[in-house]
Amino acid sequence: MRKSLLLSVLSLGFVTVSFAQTDSLMNMLNSGAPVKNEPVAATFKATRIIDGSSVENLGAGVLDFRISHRFGDLSQGSQNFFGLDNATTRIGLDYGITKWLMVGLGHSTFNKEDDGFLKIKLLKQKKTGMPITLSYAGSVSVQTTPAPTLPTGDTWLFSNRLYYTNQVLIARKFNDWLSLQLMPTIVHYNLVDSSKFSNNTVAIGIGGRIKVSKRIAITGEYYYRATNADMTYNGQKTYNALSLGIDIETGGHVFQLMFTNSQGLTDRTFIGQTTDSWGKGALHFGFNISRVFTVVKPREFRDTKATSW
Amino acid sequence: MKKLLLATCFLMAGSGTLFAQKYMTRTGKISFNATAVHSPEKIDAINNEVANILDAKTGDIVFQVLVKSFKFERELMQEHFNENYMESDKYPKAEFKGNVANVGEVNFSKDGTYNVKVSGKLTIHGVSNDVTVPGTITVKGNALSAKAKFSVVLKDYKIEVASMVADKLAKEATITLESDLTQK
Repeated sequence: MRKSLLLSVLSLGFVTVSFAQTDSLMNMLNSGAPVKNEPVAATFKATRIIDGSSVENLGAGVLDFRISHRFGDLSQGSQNFFGLDNATTRIGLDYGITKWLMVGLGHSTFNKEDDGFLKIKLLKQKKTGMPITLSYAGSVSVQTTPAPTLPTGDTWLFSNRLYYTNQVLIARKFNDWLSLQLMPTIVHYNLVDSSKFSNNTVAIGIGGRIKVSKRIAITGEYYYRATNADMTYNGQKTYNALSLGIDIETGGHVFQLMFTNSQGLTDRTFIGQTTDSWGKGALHFGFNISRVFTVVKPREFRDTKATSW
Repeated sequence: MKKLLLATCFLMAGSGTLFAQKYMTRTGKISFNATAVHSPEKIDAINNEVANILDAKTGDIVFQVLVKSFKFERELMQEHFNENYMESDKYPKAEFKGNVANVGEVNFSKDGTYNVKVSGKLTIHGVSNDVTVPGTITVKGNALSAKAKFSVVLKDYKIEVASMVADKLAKEATITLESDLTQK
C-alpha cells in the first residue's frame, strides 16, 4: 500500500512535469536570459537643450545638418517688425564618429564667427547602477570680422579673435517626462573689453525638459555666471542667458522654438556676452532645425542596397 | 522497494527523454518592414536576439524578443520606435505563446521541410491577440530551422501612427522570422 502511494505521488509529479505548458517554456527562456542593463535613452530630444549642449550624442555615422536662427530684439517694435528684420543665423554640421564622440563645425553671422566643438560621453545613465550621464564638451571659436583700424605700429593679433569653452555636462533622466542637466563651464575670452575683467568666466548652467506629449517637450536653460559677471561686451552691460523653448519632433526633424535674451549662438556669446535682458523685455524669438542623415549604416544594414536619404 | 527503485528510474528516464525533445535558441532572427507604399524612406528593422523554444512532443512553442534589440538603419528612427511607438520602457518585451497545431506531421527524426500551422497569443506593446500563422520547420539532424512570414495590423496592438508619418509608415507591418534551434 505504502509503495503504491509513493508511486502515485511520484507519478503525480511526473504528470505535472509532462504538462509542460507554454508558460513554463517561457520561464525557461527567462531564467537563462542574459540580463541587459541598457543605457537610458533620449534624456533630451536633441544634441542642444536650446543654445547650449545637451548630453545627447549623435549615433555613430550620423550627420546632423543644423540651422539655428535668433531674430532681433522683440522690443524694437514695429520699426524692425518686432525683430524679424535683424536676425542672426548659425549653420552647422555635426557628425557622430562613434557612439560616444561627436564633432561639429559651424558658422554664425554674429561676429562672423566660425566654431568647432567636440563632445565626449564619459558615463551613461543606466536603469540600475549609474544614476547620471556625464559628458565633456569643448569648443573653440574664431571671430572673423575685419580687424579694427589701429595706430601704426600696432598689430591686431589673430589670437584676439579666439574663444575657448570647456564644459562638463551632468544629466539625469528622472522619468519619462523629466530630465535635468547641470553644466559647470569655463569660457576663456582671449580678448575682453578692459584689463579689469578676467579672461575667464566661470559659469554654471542648468537646463531641463518636461515632455508634455510623445512629440512635444518644454525646455529651459539658464547660465549663471559665478565669476566675471560684471564683464561688459563692447561697452554694454551683460546679463545671464535665460532661454525657454519647446521641442517638436517630426519624423527625421526636431524643431526647437524658443524665446531667449541671447542673440548669440555660440557658447562664448550666450554665456558671457548677452547684452539683452528679460527684465527689459529685450527678447529674441528663435528656432533650431535639425535634420539627420545616416552616412555610415549600422552593421546590420551594410549589405543592403537601400539608399534612403 | 526494488520495484519502487525501478519505477523511479523508469520515470526519471521518461522525463529525461521528454526534456531532450525541446529545441531552443537565443539568436533567432526577426525583422519587420512597415514601409508605406510611396514612402521616400524605408522603415524596417532587424533583431538577432530572438529567444525561442519548441517542445517537439507537445508542439508548444514560445518566442520572446526585447523590443530595444531591434536595430534600425537610422538611429533616430530607432529612438522614435522605442519612445513613441512601442514604448519599450513600459513594454520591454514582445512575445508569442502558442502551439504547432499539426506537430504530429513533423518527423523530428527525419530530415526534411514540413509545413506547419502555429496558433497562439501574440503580445506586442502590452496587447495580446490570437493569431494563426503558417510557417515551415526544417529538420536537419539534431537541429531545426523554423521560418514564418506574416503581418500584423499596428492598430490591433494599439500602436498609434501619427498623421505626420502616415505617408511613410504603413498600417501593417510584415514580419519575417527565421530561427535556428538546437536540441536541448
